[in-house]
Amino acid sequence: MDGEELTEQETALYDRQIRVWGADAQRRLSKSHILVCGMKGTVAEFCKNIVLAGVGSVTLVDDRIVADESLSANFLILPHENHYNGKTLAEVCCDSLKEFNHMVHVAVETGDISTFGVEFFEKFDAVIISCCSLGKKKLINRKCRKLSKRVAFYTVECRGSCGEMFVDLLDYKYSKKKLEETIECQIEYPSFEEAISVPWRALPRRVSKLYFAMRVIEQFEDVEGRNPGETTIADLPGVLKLRKELCETNSLDESQIPDALLERLLTDTREFPPVCAIIGGILGQEVIKAISGKGDPLKNFFFFDAMDGKGLIEDISGPSTRS
Amino acid sequence: MSSEEQLSAIKGAKVLMVGAGGIGCELLKTLALSGFQDIHIIDMDTIEVSNLNRQFLFRQSHVGQSKAKVARDAVLRFRPNISITPYHANVKESGFNVDFYKEFDVVLNGLDNLDARRHVNRLCLAADVPLVESGTTGFLGQVTVHLKGKTECYECQPKPAPKTYPVCTITSTPSKFVHCIVWAKDLLFAKLFGDKNLENDLNVRSSDATNLSEHSEDVFECRKGKDIEQYGRRIYDHVFGHNIEVALSNEETWKNRNRPRPIYSKDVFPDKLTKENGKTEKGSATDDVSAMASLGLKNPQDIWSLAENSRVFYESLRLFFLKRQKEIGNLTFDKDDQLAVEFVTAAANIRASSFGIPLHSLFEAKGIAGNIVHAVATTNAIIAGLIVIEAIKVLKKDSNSYRMTYCLEHPSKKLLLMPVEPYEPNKSCYVCSEALSELPSPVISGTVLTIEDLQQEFSCRINIKHREEFDEEREPDGMLLSGWVEAPVDKNNNKSIGNGESTSSALSMEEIQEGEKDVEIQETSESAENVTGKKRKLSEVSKGTIPDHSGLPDESSRNQNQLEKLDVDDEDDELIISNDWESLTKKKRL
Repeated sequence: MDGEELTEQETALYDRQIRVWGADAQRRLSKSHILVCGMKGTVAEFCKNIVLAGVGSVTLVDDRIVADESLSANFLILPHENHYNGKTLAEVCCDSLKEFNHMVHVAVETGDISTFGVEFFEKFDAVIISCCSLGKKKLINRKCRKLSKRVAFYTVECRGSCGEMFVDLLDYKYSKKKLEETIECQIEYPSFEEAISVPWRALPRRVSKLYFAMRVIEQFEDVEGRNPGETTIADLPGVLKLRKELCETNSLDESQIPDALLERLLTDTREFPPVCAIIGGILGQEVIKAISGKGDPLKNFFFFDAMDGKGLIEDISGPSTRS
Repeated sequence: MSSEEQLSAIKGAKVLMVGAGGIGCELLKTLALSGFQDIHIIDMDTIEVSNLNRQFLFRQSHVGQSKAKVARDAVLRFRPNISITPYHANVKESGFNVDFYKEFDVVLNGLDNLDARRHVNRLCLAADVPLVESGTTGFLGQVTVHLKGKTECYECQPKPAPKTYPVCTITSTPSKFVHCIVWAKDLLFAKLFGDKNLENDLNVRSSDATNLSEHSEDVFECRKGKDIEQYGRRIYDHVFGHNIEVALSNEETWKNRNRPRPIYSKDVFPDKLTKENGKTEKGSATDDVSAMASLGLKNPQDIWSLAENSRVFYESLRLFFLKRQKEIGNLTFDKDDQLAVEFVTAAANIRASSFGIPLHSLFEAKGIAGNIVHAVATTNAIIAGLIVIEAIKVLKKDSNSYRMTYCLEHPSKKLLLMPVEPYEPNKSCYVCSEALSELPSPVISGTVLTIEDLQQEFSCRINIKHREEFDEEREPDGMLLSGWVEAPVDKNNNKSIGNGESTSSALSMEEIQEGEKDVEIQETSESAENVTGKKRKLSEVSKGTIPDHSGLPDESSRNQNQLEKLDVDDEDDELIISNDWESLTKKKRL
């Protein structure tokens, strides 16, 4: 760590969190650059968290024009016509986020993220993707992995009372203190594509049903050419058919993916603000851990379902990367 | 979750939030986004810079303003059509009474102290309103649901009392840095800058018969016009040198302990200390007064050497006398008072050095001395989400799905967020159970029982006095109840019942009111203490002894050792009831 001190302003502002993760971690945060794509409620929560934490910069990508429904779970959008008329989601959120912490540089990047070259991603330490199709997720993940520098990759998706988060830190080394000793840790992460390709029968028993259900919905949307969340109850028969096929291929009992769960995911596609706060909070913590190098990062999926209230971690990885 | 039924339950709900801080900001935002339209919020605090790392509704320009009001304004910006009613007030004020609570469908706490939590718990029970409690520290957090009769109340399970230390550990045998902090803050700082009339254990030694109090008084007395540096050296030598030598003279204490070494100023600074300090002398505002600044010590995370700590000790002492003379005699330690923090850090470190305890940075010392809770935005956001989820279940009366949820730092069986079913009420909880089958024991002569009925807004204190005989004809019940107080003679001049000076045998109602307010804790008389064999510490509250008052001071003020002794006059053979008329006569509506 270079000898740069935190400024007096930073020490005063960040006092309470420095007491959590230390001054070194705070310094690393202040030098980090985060890329965020897909400005819905959960991502808005996440951005608020990392801007408050004092990262170096946050770059927002979302060219969709603000519509009334954008306001439903996103507190960064103020309802006055003037505030958002004709502006993109990224632009409006950028204006609001800047207010939370003047020491953080918040900017907008326009364009379709899937067209950005590999070198674009090199500027960043962490990339967070939301509201993206399956194809886009895989593509961005691949690009990040092509770089010689580690770019942490995250996806996040919230539908109704459910939320899913994915983490890819490639080959991650960090140290931690156990009693008086410092021990070196290493975790190998699979890419998103590798993770979801792991045959279901090869997964540990009792993996969260939500994992499987999300994969079915994901596939359905991909096959049907839908945008994420563009489903209704009318799609249930199609989804159930797909479930049958996938379960047969994977030798998984269909009861592992309950009808009721699939129904919920099809119909409750709007974000539910409490779930946005929870997933946005967990995601914020994970990114802070990865950048500061402090704390055990989770591997590699996190699920929350307000119906049972559980927030759990699933390790979906092949035998070589299973920890 | 987003059924019609749910939406209308949310829309029509009237919610009370207590606390607009770390959890409060996140909670208010999430409630508003979730469709709540009638929210009331109570918070007595104003905004400080250290809040801004997580209380995101506030800006630098809001520092000093009411949290409740600014939070309301900030949320209205993105939800202009909902109703948020802020109260810049203490939730313990009498205006927030049972009737006030009854108007709400659910109460959501975002508090940071046990005392207020207990208060709200009791009022929710009295009003029979559901309560969702929560708390966070660093990466840990939890959310619990409390419904009268159905689940535990907040006090069914004893809450850990704040840590206290035996007096002798602080005055004579510290072994941890925190002991040195308590010494520096509650003894030395208090002695030098606080109320001189308060008892102070600074010169008390556990088994030292020699009474050098006269000599000590001279040492601490700072005569006008005296050279501050000389005064500083004298204090330094007395507390770090002389006092240690005296302690060392008692062999017993050190048989199994490492001996401390005395430190004298001449060893650390043989030459004169004062240097030219043109910069600080010239008209600097009181706010900027800082020993660190004056000495060029920039980084609060640095651990200073003994010499540097000693410099800070002298310099902060000097600056107090030079720049803040008027405050001396009235100061209490405040973690946001930079000079006070510097002084306490330095003093604690020098003492630590003497006892072979590792030194700490100002940053660390401040955290310990100020009981600072470390906090981040993410945990508060997660907890806020969980609170709203529980609140919605409560509104839907979905009692089978109520959960207590724990937010963990390290997963337990894959779980980072762990829901647990709430427990049934504790049948012997002295707060919420319907009938106490037993009085808390022991009830003996000198015990003071406090009875509170929050539903009727009635509370009284009963002083129990034992008498061997009762007249069978005139006092068939074997007891006597009396409603007028004879003001006990206050020998110790502590704040206690009555005005102390009254000679009449009965006090007027008004005088009783005046007196009642001041009594915070009542201790049994010494004889009772010996009988029970327990030495009661100030912050000890256990079920088996005297019931808790609602008037119990906050943890932060507990460091003042204000044990009030009830003067039991053995000549007086009557049971006395003191009625607290205040709540009945002074009820205010907000």
